[in-house]
Amino acid sequence: MSAIIDPAALDRPNSYIGKSVPRPNLPKLVEGRGQYVDDVVLPRMVHVAFVRCPHAHALIKRIDAKDALAVPGVLRVFTGQDLAVVCDPWVAVLVHLAGMKSAPQYPLPLVRATWHGEAVVAVVADTRALAEDGVSRVLVDYDPLPAVADMETALAPGTPLIHPELGDNLCFQRINESGDVAAAFKAAHKIVEATFHTGRHTGVTLEPRSILADYNKGSGKLVVHHSTQAPHMMQGVFAKQLRMAEGDVRVICVDVGGSFGIKVHVYPDEVATVAIAKLMGRPVKFIADRLESFGSDIHARDHRIHGKMAVDAEGRITAIDIDDLTGIGPYSVYPRTSAIEGNQVINLVGGPYDFANYRAKTTVVLQNKTPTCQYRAVGHPIAVTVTEGLVDLAAEALGMDPITFRLKNLMRDDSYPRTSPAGMKFEGLSHIKSLGRLMDMIDYPALRAEQDAARAKGIYRGIGFAAFIELTNPSPFMYGIGGARISAQDGCSVRIDPDGSVVAATGVTEQGQGTEGIIRQIVAEAVGVAVGAVRVITGDTQNTPYGGGTWACRGAGIGGEAALQAGLATRAAALEVASAMLQAHADTLDIVDGNIVDRATAIIRMPLSELTRIVYFRGDTLPPGLPRELMQTRHFITKEYPFAFTNGIQACWLEVDVETGLIKLLKHWVVEDCGRIINPLLVDEQVRGGVVQGIGGALYEHCAYSPEGQLLVGSMADYLVPMAAEMPDIEVGHIETPTRESLLGAKGAGEAGTAGAPAAIMNAINDALRPLDAQVLAQPFSPERILQALGKVPMRG
Amino acid sequence: MTTHSITVTVNGESVRRAVQARLHLIDFLRGDLGLMGSHVACEHGVCGACTVRVDGAIVRGCLVLAASLDGASVETIEGVSDRGEIRDLQDAFIARNAAQCGFCTPGMLMCAADLLGSNAQPTRAEIREHISGNYCRCTGYQAIVDAIETTALKRVSSDAGGAKP
Ligand code: FES
Ligand code: FES
Repeated sequence: MSAIIDPAALDRPNSYIGKSVPRPNLPKLVEGRGQYVDDVVLPRMVHVAFVRCPHAHALIKRIDAKDALAVPGVLRVFTGQDLAVVCDPWVAVLVHLAGMKSAPQYPLPLVRATWHGEAVVAVVADTRALAEDGVSRVLVDYDPLPAVADMETALAPGTPLIHPELGDNLCFQRINESGDVAAAFKAAHKIVEATFHTGRHTGVTLEPRSILADYNKGSGKLVVHHSTQAPHMMQGVFAKQLRMAEGDVRVICVDVGGSFGIKVHVYPDEVATVAIAKLMGRPVKFIADRLESFGSDIHARDHRIHGKMAVDAEGRITAIDIDDLTGIGPYSVYPRTSAIEGNQVINLVGGPYDFANYRAKTTVVLQNKTPTCQYRAVGHPIAVTVTEGLVDLAAEALGMDPITFRLKNLMRDDSYPRTSPAGMKFEGLSHIKSLGRLMDMIDYPALRAEQDAARAKGIYRGIGFAAFIELTNPSPFMYGIGGARISAQDGCSVRIDPDGSVVAATGVTEQGQGTEGIIRQIVAEAVGVAVGAVRVITGDTQNTPYGGGTWACRGAGIGGEAALQAGLATRAAALEVASAMLQAHADTLDIVDGNIVDRATAIIRMPLSELTRIVYFRGDTLPPGLPRELMQTRHFITKEYPFAFTNGIQACWLEVDVETGLIKLLKHWVVEDCGRIINPLLVDEQVRGGVVQGIGGALYEHCAYSPEGQLLVGSMADYLVPMAAEMPDIEVGHIETPTRESLLGAKGAGEAGTAGAPAAIMNAINDALRPLDAQVLAQPFSPERILQALGKVPMRG
Repeated sequence: MTTHSITVTVNGESVRRAVQARLHLIDFLRGDLGLMGSHVACEHGVCGACTVRVDGAIVRGCLVLAASLDGASVETIEGVSDRGEIRDLQDAFIARNAAQCGFCTPGMLMCAADLLGSNAQPTRAEIREHISGNYCRCTGYQAIVDAIETTALKRVSSDAGGAKP
């Protein structure tokens, strides 16, 4: 391994990899001087607001915009038919998900609206407020149709078809079977079984979805300021749907106010905004308000899973059998599709454990609710909840401590590489070491003693565990092979400017997780300059190498490796010039702190700025044939493994108030192995933020619907997200098992917290309630559900 | 629609504008004055992203009507930053990575400054309680609590050491 990322060499000058270097973005953000899309104001800019369908399913019989157009300041009104003239529909399927189907989706529907909150008519005005005035005066004559609300009956005979041309309401189904599941269950010493519900959530990015599209009729160029995770992907999407050349579209995102997977999808109202900009030839801005966010941002995690686990007399898991059902709304979401979440559940259940027999089925159905798609930790929290829920039930059935049971069944740290029964390839994981580290952190015997003492006083405390794996650094196996133009490779260009400073342009993007910070650290170390001498460019399709952006925890592992390689190549290129200038062999020179030094003695031979002065302004003094390529670009894609899996384990310690059903979180611990850590401070905060998002889903967050398919959440007062007072302090520990796929060795770290937290909480609640013979398996674990489990309030019909 | 003429001191500068009766302070600051540091995330008074000061007290910019502010003094994150009033708090946020996407941060800082102004040595629980009306979707709050706590401790120790001019 190169010395460049040898942690033992941490005290070399410019050794930033592995250190908690503060992020370069923060000085402006703490002064409120960032630039989110809504902060961008362009000449002749207008605003669009949307009339949204108040029904779960309705025929659009007539649209009357006369009164709206009479509002002073309202400029134009567009219907689905109007936009279809310039914009093609899309169908979100992936060919590697065999049999998957969905219907064409337009920016605004032509004939039928299919969920409560779907944008139906667009009103453009001088200001957002006037556009809303216009919206309130558009008359839409709807003919309400029967809605498919309950996913359990979506495929039942007699249920209306959402898209009759598809033949049924089935979007996708996959069955995976390996080993002999039936025989394993037959021979089982004990079988445990349960039904879990993970509930519908949404991301609630604090900055709502935002887009500003600017089409220049003269040049034929479209510039889109977009709060997105994937600018290059969106460039391709806008070009294709609007029948433009990809090169005529530029997507820019400067600061993004949180994304969590919400901002990596194609939203009809955003495409409509771009189409309107093209039609009107002037800048059009759309900023979703919170009410429309709840009804139109993607939802996720609406799964019901029956799970069954077989164990032998020694307490070893012999088989797992799951049946997963999920309702995804009326359309699969473009271009990632809404079948991936269910597919991930199948791929990830049982992930940390050594067992041979596995059967899993996922059924993905259409319904008249807000479309669902990938949200932070896609499928992981569901798979971990089912797995860890069954693990605790099995341990209980065997009369075994949950830690003893996990130690017996977790994959050994020396058993890699290996392939799971679900077909996942693992390069190297550290479940046993991670569990050991967790035990060092929590003082388990003391917690159990405290639990007993509290119970004697009528206080119910519980401790819950959740081991997990997390899929990071995805290859084209995730989307590309299915035909989606979603890039799994990423690139970075590094150059040295005349003043000796360094610029790195990367295809991965910043959403607050620290991408620019880590790219700066990696490039500074690779080139040999102070971090302050490196500027990072992200989020601009015109100025960065083509890449996938931010998703599936790929920024550090994929983008970071491209940056490292580009930085090393740039250093080598500079040393080649230095060698000619100093008449010394390049191997005897080095770059340290922005100076060319003698490698052996560290004596400074000349500053980098002198080398750049000669290259840029006095190239005549260098040997004519000498390459002087002070800008180098490298790309990276995973090679042997379709994904770099990470692993870890979480523990939650909480108290249940059995009178009110309220849960008090006392402490949360996470041990995570994300391979090489580039910046411990940022990794820990990713983990903490992720855990709290997981806590939100487990305890508070719920996109509740009426039986008729009416969304019942309209504001942040209805949809509760975690607040500071209720959150515990979270302790984070690490094991580092670098991937050998790259020199950097980094895997992803952004989703592990969210993956494991809900299961740890569920197990802790059930541990607390065990003496009362009560358990909860449906998220969110609200006070009402706790009291129902305790038999203190009736179940709702 | 009725308009009202108001004169307001914003970050120390007097501004005079005609505003519609329905215009909220946050839209006045962002739309009319181009002060983009205060953010809009819910418009229901729930999330705190729009927190600014009016006559020294923090308010939610999405709940206050601009027309009601004739003669008032308004201060935003830009003004507070320019005056250097919370430099130490901002530095602590940077050092502790207490901001990720930064969208909640200006409101959070205004709220934290308010706490430290009235309680020089808040406990962690008091800090968590005080910022409970300011949502952060990225950090999980711990880093924010740490940064506020560190700032309070530093201020108290530099006061005790008589380091202040
Ligand atoms: S935008 Fe004002 S409180 Fe949320
Ligand atoms: S840092 Fe993103 S919402 Fe707080």
